[in-house]
Amino acid sequence: MTSSGVRLSALRRKFGNVHALDGLDLDLAPGELVALLGPSGCGKTTALRILAGLEDADSGRIIVGDRDIANVPANKRGMGMVFQAYSLFPHLTAIENVEFGLRLRKQSSTVRRRRAQEMLDLVGIGAHAARFPQQLSGGQQQRVALARALAFEPSVLLLDEPLSALDAKVRVQLREEIRRIQLEVGTTTLFVTHDQEEALAIADRVGVMRAGQLEQIGSPEDIYRTPATPFVAEFVGLSNRLAGRVTGDVVEVLDTKLPLVGSVQDGPATALVRPESVDVTADPAGAGRVVAVSFLGPLARVTVALPDDTLVVAQLESARLPELPTGTAVRVVLRPVPVVVSAG
Amino acid sequence: MAGLRQRRVRRQRALRWIVVTLFAVLTLLPLVAMFEFTTRDGWDTWRVFFDWKALGETYPILWTGMKASFWLVLLSVALTLVLLVPTVVWVRLRLPRLRRVVEFVSLLPLTIPAIVLVVGLAPVYAWVVYFVGGSSVTLFLAYTVLALPFAYRSIDAGLSAIDVRTLSEAARSLGSSWATVMWRVVLPNIRSAVLSAAFLTVALVLGEFTIASLLNRANIQVAINQLGKSSATMSVAVSLAALVLAFVLLFLLSFAGRRRNRERKTS
Amino acid sequence: MTAPTTGTLGAPTTTAVRGGRRHRSRLRDLLGVVPFFVYVVIFLFVPTIVVVVGAFAGDDGRPTLDNISALADDYIVEAFVRSITLSAATAVLGAVLGAVIAYAVVTAGPDSLVRRLVTSACGVLAQFGGVTLAFAFIATIGFSGFVTVFLKDSLGIDIFSGGVWLFELPGLVLVYTYFQVPLMVIVFLPALDGIRPQWREATESLGGSTWYYWRRVAAPLLAPAFLGSTLLLFANAFSAYATAAALVSQGAPIVPLQIRSALTSEVLLGRENLGKAMALGMVLVVALVMWLYGLLQRRTARWLD
Repeated sequence: MTSSGVRLSALRRKFGNVHALDGLDLDLAPGELVALLGPSGCGKTTALRILAGLEDADSGRIIVGDRDIANVPANKRGMGMVFQAYSLFPHLTAIENVEFGLRLRKQSSTVRRRRAQEMLDLVGIGAHAARFPQQLSGGQQQRVALARALAFEPSVLLLDEPLSALDAKVRVQLREEIRRIQLEVGTTTLFVTHDQEEALAIADRVGVMRAGQLEQIGSPEDIYRTPATPFVAEFVGLSNRLAGRVTGDVVEVLDTKLPLVGSVQDGPATALVRPESVDVTADPAGAGRVVAVSFLGPLARVTVALPDDTLVVAQLESARLPELPTGTAVRVVLRPVPVVVSAG
Repeated sequence: MAGLRQRRVRRQRALRWIVVTLFAVLTLLPLVAMFEFTTRDGWDTWRVFFDWKALGETYPILWTGMKASFWLVLLSVALTLVLLVPTVVWVRLRLPRLRRVVEFVSLLPLTIPAIVLVVGLAPVYAWVVYFVGGSSVTLFLAYTVLALPFAYRSIDAGLSAIDVRTLSEAARSLGSSWATVMWRVVLPNIRSAVLSAAFLTVALVLGEFTIASLLNRANIQVAINQLGKSSATMSVAVSLAALVLAFVLLFLLSFAGRRRNRERKTS
Repeated sequence: MTAPTTGTLGAPTTTAVRGGRRHRSRLRDLLGVVPFFVYVVIFLFVPTIVVVVGAFAGDDGRPTLDNISALADDYIVEAFVRSITLSAATAVLGAVLGAVIAYAVVTAGPDSLVRRLVTSACGVLAQFGGVTLAFAFIATIGFSGFVTVFLKDSLGIDIFSGGVWLFELPGLVLVYTYFQVPLMVIVFLPALDGIRPQWREATESLGGSTWYYWRRVAAPLLAPAFLGSTLLLFANAFSAYATAAALVSQGAPIVPLQIRSALTSEVLLGRENLGKAMALGMVLVVALVMWLYGLLQRRTARWLD
């Protein structure tokens, strides 16, 4: 299977007065899965739709392989696309939906049928080939949509929030399967989502978007552990916002000096500290008090109130819960990992 | 940049304007023609039309028809709503097995043309005359049959949009009587459906000619038709006024209905 | 562990009491629908029965098939043929033109002014037309109508040189189209609203052109709604009476007007029950058409809701 790299450069798109895309640059290596992550209205879907040819860019270049396809209409781009929902043709069965793109490529009916059945087997619903979309569950419909998008061996696969309309459990299951299938067929894939957990779980690289621009792009670990900006730190994962004071390249928070990511002017600042960087130990002389405990299986989150009413969330192993019932006096300790700071 | 998409949107817009313009021209042509027809020999027709006293004296039939239609509208709307709303709600709440039956019966008049109904109504109206007299206003009893399918659909759609059962169970558990449930809980939630049912009935009654004419009663349409034999200009003038008035009413209603929908979505 | 035992012991008595109460409250529940059904029986069922029974009864009230066999008379068969031709022609014409207008309106968006204006105008023409529409056409292309006079005076064209067709079948086709097209717009719009933009985009991303989309996706999806709407238009034209009655004062080219003359002419013996037989014939045609419409409507609802 031939898979091409994709390069979007300096893409701009305005809707009225709103810059949906404000000079977006994005590269996808052949066979790579990149997730575009961001809040609604950040331009991630616009970027995907421009790549698909379903939307015009005002300016910028769209290069697939070594060809600029900005002037190629959507139906000549050969990209497979999976929509949020409701994209299956309701008058065709599951297998006929998958055959749709093959029929357009003038394949004989036997080849078509065999290939479509293979694809349905690949996505795990080969047994439901003869059903109509309204006879399938939401998750099954998205599987058919994925099979349909991959059946004609597209150069690029585009997934536009394909899991957001599904139940939590199906969502996790299907995203793992999308990843498995993507690795198996090796198609370059752009995956748009607003769910940070989903993006971190599925992608080779995650691009966090904000206001039409890429805020940071990197491996899931990079994005999570060393967020480049306060926006990324807050959008990806859970963070405590703790008041501190910056001096040089350290920030002092709760009497602990933590290294800084990036550089900030000296003075008061808010540090964004991950719950897993916070440790809590029972101590009758401690200043904090446990106000809430939530059990999450092997891990647990403990919320501690400090004397100035700041709330700090710590993530611990569940095994330690017995020593920390609500009301316990505790000492809060921060692990010395680099943190992001926003001014003020 | 090429703007492949923008080109398509522009093409679509061009098609839209061509089609809508043609539609507007062909729709307005008869109206313009009617206006020209009534003003060809001066403005006398319209002067009489707006002088209601003179209108009543010159064309008594018109006056009678208008009065009858006015009462017919009120009584038909009242009877349609009083018969249909409680029944449909009650069936949903307490007699779900009867729902199909009520639906079938309510939609049945669609398959029975008014001209057929009037054939069978003649003997029924002999009894109506016997009990309450032969006034044209008694036609509302027949008009409600014609209004049933449209009113039913509208009210049924309104009820489907809310969860009547849960709402009424909640109200009952808070101590409401069935009357309170109906009046204070269900009705306010299907207000726009009831309004549109009422409006459809109004339009239907104002436009009805078949039954009134063949049972020898008077309403506005019968009056227009009779007037056509003696004074063509005046009947055309009244027709024009009626069409324009109906258009204005429907246009205003399109705003009322939408606004209420949006409220529901945001709440 | 004792609770379930008590429960089973107590159960029979509870059910007995509940059963009796349930029976009584069921009767009370049924009382709630009595007014509706009493009304419907008097003003819908009785008239229908009068028509059906009358169709099989002579003037003396004895059962006979004379009225039914009289339906085979040439002039009645001709009236039915003309009625069906008129209804079919205006249904097809109305469906095609109405679908194009509905599509144009849908591209403007659901809250646009264009849509409000067009649907309001369509509502008036489709539901309110009747007699007023007949007079509108008398004023437009009647003997001294606006268009007639204009064409004769400025272009020298006499549209009635071949006969006064406005008051005959061709005229009815034209006037009926004026309420059929708007009705199509009203009943076809919801189906077009049900077409999702994703289907077009999916077709494109799979490599299909606009033409391919219309042929392979939109056309098959809209076909049931289109056919169903056409049937509804047929039934609508077939049942219509007011416009024709106001326009045609001499002769009775179509069935509703035949029924009118059967009802109003008391001179001819036995005509009243012949009217009932024709009415029965009309009901059968409309019921058949509406039944097919119902079938297609169900298919449409499954695909486009």
